[in-house]
Amino acid sequence: MSRRKDNYETSRWLKFKKWVDGETDPLSTGMEAIPAVMEGQMRERRKNFALRKAYDEELARLSAEHADKTEIMKARGIRNFQKFYKIMSVILCLAIISVLLWTIAALPVTGGADNPANNEVAARYIEKGLQETGAVNIVTGMILDYRAFDTFGESCVLFIASCCVLVLLRLDADSKNDNIKKMIAESDDRLFEPKDDIILQKCACVLVPVIMIFGIYIVLNGHLSPGGGFSGGAVLGSGLILYLNAYGYGKMSRLFTEKVYRRTTLCALTFYCLAKSYSFFTGANHLESGIPTGTPGAILSSGLILPLNICVGLVVACTMYAFYTLFRKGGM
Amino acid sequence: MRLFECILLLCLIVCAMSVAFTKDLLTSIIIFMSYSLLMCVIWMILQSPDLAITEAAVGAGVTSILFFLTLKKIRAIRKEEQNEQEEG
Amino acid sequence: MIQHLSLNIEETAAVILFGVGFTILLLHRNLIKKIMGMNIMDTATYLFLASKGYITGRAVPIVADGVQEVSAYINPVPSGLVLTGIVVSVSTTALMLSLTIRLYERYHSLDLDEILILAKEEEQT
Repeated sequence: MSRRKDNYETSRWLKFKKWVDGETDPLSTGMEAIPAVMEGQMRERRKNFALRKAYDEELARLSAEHADKTEIMKARGIRNFQKFYKIMSVILCLAIISVLLWTIAALPVTGGADNPANNEVAARYIEKGLQETGAVNIVTGMILDYRAFDTFGESCVLFIASCCVLVLLRLDADSKNDNIKKMIAESDDRLFEPKDDIILQKCACVLVPVIMIFGIYIVLNGHLSPGGGFSGGAVLGSGLILYLNAYGYGKMSRLFTEKVYRRTTLCALTFYCLAKSYSFFTGANHLESGIPTGTPGAILSSGLILPLNICVGLVVACTMYAFYTLFRKGGM
Repeated sequence: MRLFECILLLCLIVCAMSVAFTKDLLTSIIIFMSYSLLMCVIWMILQSPDLAITEAAVGAGVTSILFFLTLKKIRAIRKEEQNEQEEG
Repeated sequence: MIQHLSLNIEETAAVILFGVGFTILLLHRNLIKKIMGMNIMDTATYLFLASKGYITGRAVPIVADGVQEVSAYINPVPSGLVLTGIVVSVSTTALMLSLTIRLYERYHSLDLDEILILAKEEEQT
């Protein structure tokens, strides 16, 4: 029989358990969205602010008439400070520009073949890149093979940014707050656009398949031609955004919901992490990785680069679409 | 080619300046969009088509859309406030 | 000096753009304009980086016809760096814009000075 702790109610373990179970939100008192009361107060204060501005102007006028010296001095002080700030910032910028220009005058000429930037690192990437990575496009081979860890960090940055935007802009549908419910209802009915715009729909009908195919082409051919996960993902995301604009949330939710977004992003990032961990592990220990590089120029070549490109493309497309929906509606 | 590049760079600087000097936010966002497109051509001249594609899709496309959406949202909030003031 | 600057016009333009962006960041009170200034600074940096890797008369770093000589292609390293940078700059822009929307929802203003005054008052009460 286990002995119950005396102060179990206040223990950290209980708090943690509650937090894991999702019973309470530990941040609910501290930093959640503004409660309704605060909102009202802010509006009052805002009104007061506007009033006081008018009052200040009135005062300035009066004091100008009556030559009330202290008020004038104060107003003049603020105005002088603003002037001073503007002049100082212009001077600062000019100083920065001139210092940088002076530095540039000492740099080697652009386009020279023996600039210090073109050192043995770049030479090695060009000479051995095709054999070692199998990618015809050296830039893609570089960012997804030699420097793949870098790119993984960047995909995580994208994911974290979309999470932050989610925290900042999401309107929670389960919330009990009436204000938020009202906001959701308002953002749903698309205040500013015509509902079923025939021109937009017909254009989207023609354009969306072309955009999507182009995006998929860019992603899949990342190791053969210019492009890759980032640009292709952005094109795919814009195609999704166009479709959403033309046909609305109802049709979009059949293809793409928050669940799909979460699963796709998570799977892509996990696969990227595992694949790259494997190849780094084998590479660092001088083991055979067992991943064929294939014939250069074929679509199924260059080892891990093609799947990694697809992962990055999926993450970028999902993130762009998530940004759009969050900015527009506050939810997917 | 060198002359073309000079003209493009000059246009870039003019665009950046006019972003600073336009009063209307919508106008400055559109100028910023054209700035990104000019940048895209410059990437082509600098022999990096990867960057050109990315800049065209991301810089001119998605960033401008996000700016437009922000502007729209802010106007919606402002409109709501005005309605409330008229009511109250 | 002027002659040297006219030889590296890309760098010169990049530095001027950087200055313009910085000026917008400092002088404009509107938050959206400030974010645009940040973006202009970003692209200026990318222009500088990419122009460092450019070599006159050489081709795109995509292997063509099996030629793998260093003297045939430009430097691929800055391209890769800038490619990562462009995408990160979008995510920071989105983050800043969403913060701006939240600030506007709370303080009903885009003017940074006004927001600061209101925030200070809020702190005092």
